Amino acid sequence: MWSQIEVFMQTFISGVLLGGLYALIGIGMTLILGVMKIINLTHGQVMMVAMYVAFWLFDLYHIDPYVSLFIAPPLIFLLGVGMQKTLINPVLRVESILPHNQVILTVGIGMVLQNLATIFFTSNYRSTPVDYATDAWYLSDYWENAPLELSLSFPWTVSFLLSVAITVALWFFLARTDTGKSIRATAQDGDAARIMGVNVSAMRVITFGLGSALVAAAGCLFMPIYYLFPALGSQFTLIAFVITILGGLGSTMGAIMGGLILGVFESMTATYIGMGWAPVGRFVVFIATLVFLPGGVASLLKRRAVSK
Amino acid sequence: MKKVFPLVLLAALAVFPLIGMSSYVMHLVILAIMWSMAGMAWNLLGGYCGQVSFGHAAFFGVGAYSAGIMQIHFQASPWWGMLLGIPAVAIMALCMGLVVLRLRGPYFVLATLAIGEVMRITAENMVGVTQGTLGIMIQRTWVDKQEYYYIILSMAVATFLIVKLLAESRWGYYFVAIREDQDAAESLGINTTLYKTIALTVSAVITGLAGSFYMNYMGYIDPQVVFSLGEISILMIMVVMVGGVATYLGPIVGAAIMVLMAEVFRTLPYVGTAYQTLFGILLIVIIIFLPNGLVGDWPKIKRMFAKGGQS
Repeated sequence: MWSQIEVFMQTFISGVLLGGLYALIGIGMTLILGVMKIINLTHGQVMMVAMYVAFWLFDLYHIDPYVSLFIAPPLIFLLGVGMQKTLINPVLRVESILPHNQVILTVGIGMVLQNLATIFFTSNYRSTPVDYATDAWYLSDYWENAPLELSLSFPWTVSFLLSVAITVALWFFLARTDTGKSIRATAQDGDAARIMGVNVSAMRVITFGLGSALVAAAGCLFMPIYYLFPALGSQFTLIAFVITILGGLGSTMGAIMGGLILGVFESMTATYIGMGWAPVGRFVVFIATLVFLPGGVASLLKRRAVSK
Repeated sequence: MKKVFPLVLLAALAVFPLIGMSSYVMHLVILAIMWSMAGMAWNLLGGYCGQVSFGHAAFFGVGAYSAGIMQIHFQASPWWGMLLGIPAVAIMALCMGLVVLRLRGPYFVLATLAIGEVMRITAENMVGVTQGTLGIMIQRTWVDKQEYYYIILSMAVATFLIVKLLAESRWGYYFVAIREDQDAAESLGINTTLYKTIALTVSAVITGLAGSFYMNYMGYIDPQVVFSLGEISILMIMVVMVGGVATYLGPIVGAAIMVLMAEVFRTLPYVGTAYQTLFGILLIVIIIFLPNGLVGDWPKIKRMFAKGGQS
């Protein structure tokens, strides 16, 4: 009986910790989606690039992945700005039969990034063997003869807390600063924002960079607890997208909720059904959301706000 | 000229094996024809009906697996699987259509992508039925390539005719109307869901047939190969994008180019294993400069070269 609850609680905790990181990935995607109205299917690949930056910094200069948090995201911000300016912007203007050319374009960019990584870094699995990788806090250390034995992994917790801190900082940026307000205005109505004197095209460029930087930050946070290989990107692109749908398109709050829900759900599928099925669970969530709750969690939040 | 071209091409292809090419060249041509068939199928849904699917590997894979399962579980010839594959894929497409065809634009793109991946993971995990990642190996019917060549050629010709017939019928106009503006089409009394379902099912069945052929021809499949996102779903899109969206000849041109390029890239040193980089770059270049593909933007290309000649 107790052991059942113990397994459940432990699964729940690791789900929440994972969900915090997922939320960060989801926020980046949802920002880009809200402002640019395009789906960025190269989001995970950008994260993979950031993880390689963190990995090489660790491998060559022994810089801790958490310190790379201040190095990799600015670099990836530049990468994002470059991609937006040189590749995505021209396509937004081109006339074509198919309306989803930008989506296919981002898939192409993702393919290039992933395969360049394979060429340069080979497809070996990499990880950063930090000293604290196996440190953990145990419940029994603090509460003797506790009926349950729960543990909290040190790197997972630090990553989770840092991701919360970044989210709060982002919220502050979007809610309080001038640029942040302009970004939100562009997301709400591009034309109206332009009339109000917002430099919409600059905001789009900044948002793409910012979204990429956020997912790069998530990549650095994942580095101490995860392994790295070039094909990792596509998996995270899908995760980011599921979170975005689950949360509601363009909603930051929704992305946070969506990340947490998905994290817990995946953790539960992995424990109770089997590791191999975790991705299927992810897509079940995705399809179920599209069918039963097309607006995502954000629509629930909104409904409550309206009824108040 | 334009009307005769497909006939000339067909005649050239029909006598092609008689000139005694090496079996490697035959292999490439067979693959190109198979891809053009799959591309035409994708074009019906993606090009004419405007529903960009990233999950056609699901149909391809189910077609391939129905042939393979026929052999390993029922000891029947895998060619029977081709027949079995038709209802299997059609039912799957109908069920899938119920969910995904309610979605539009990017949602549709991602729902199909998700279904493709779900099918791959399911095939990997259902070891009892599919032998999991071990894959299915069967005895090929003929050692020679010639029989396969004529089978796939006749299948591709049939596909070409079906797509042409559909696109020029009343339904074809409905498809294009849905692509251009779904709400307007709906308001003109077109049952958009019905016609989208038709396009999806026909496209799926043809893709499934291509998949069964692949099983019969290659003799080996595993989930990573036939449900692959990059090697099947995206390659199918690339075939159409490179050749020309919503054109009859586009997928044929695209398939020829893609198969040739894949072979050439794979032989390059260093880049070989990651030839998809070059595919990705090609895709980016095509989307930015020739958004309607080589056939669709042919007038534009001709003008470009004409200008170049004058100056």
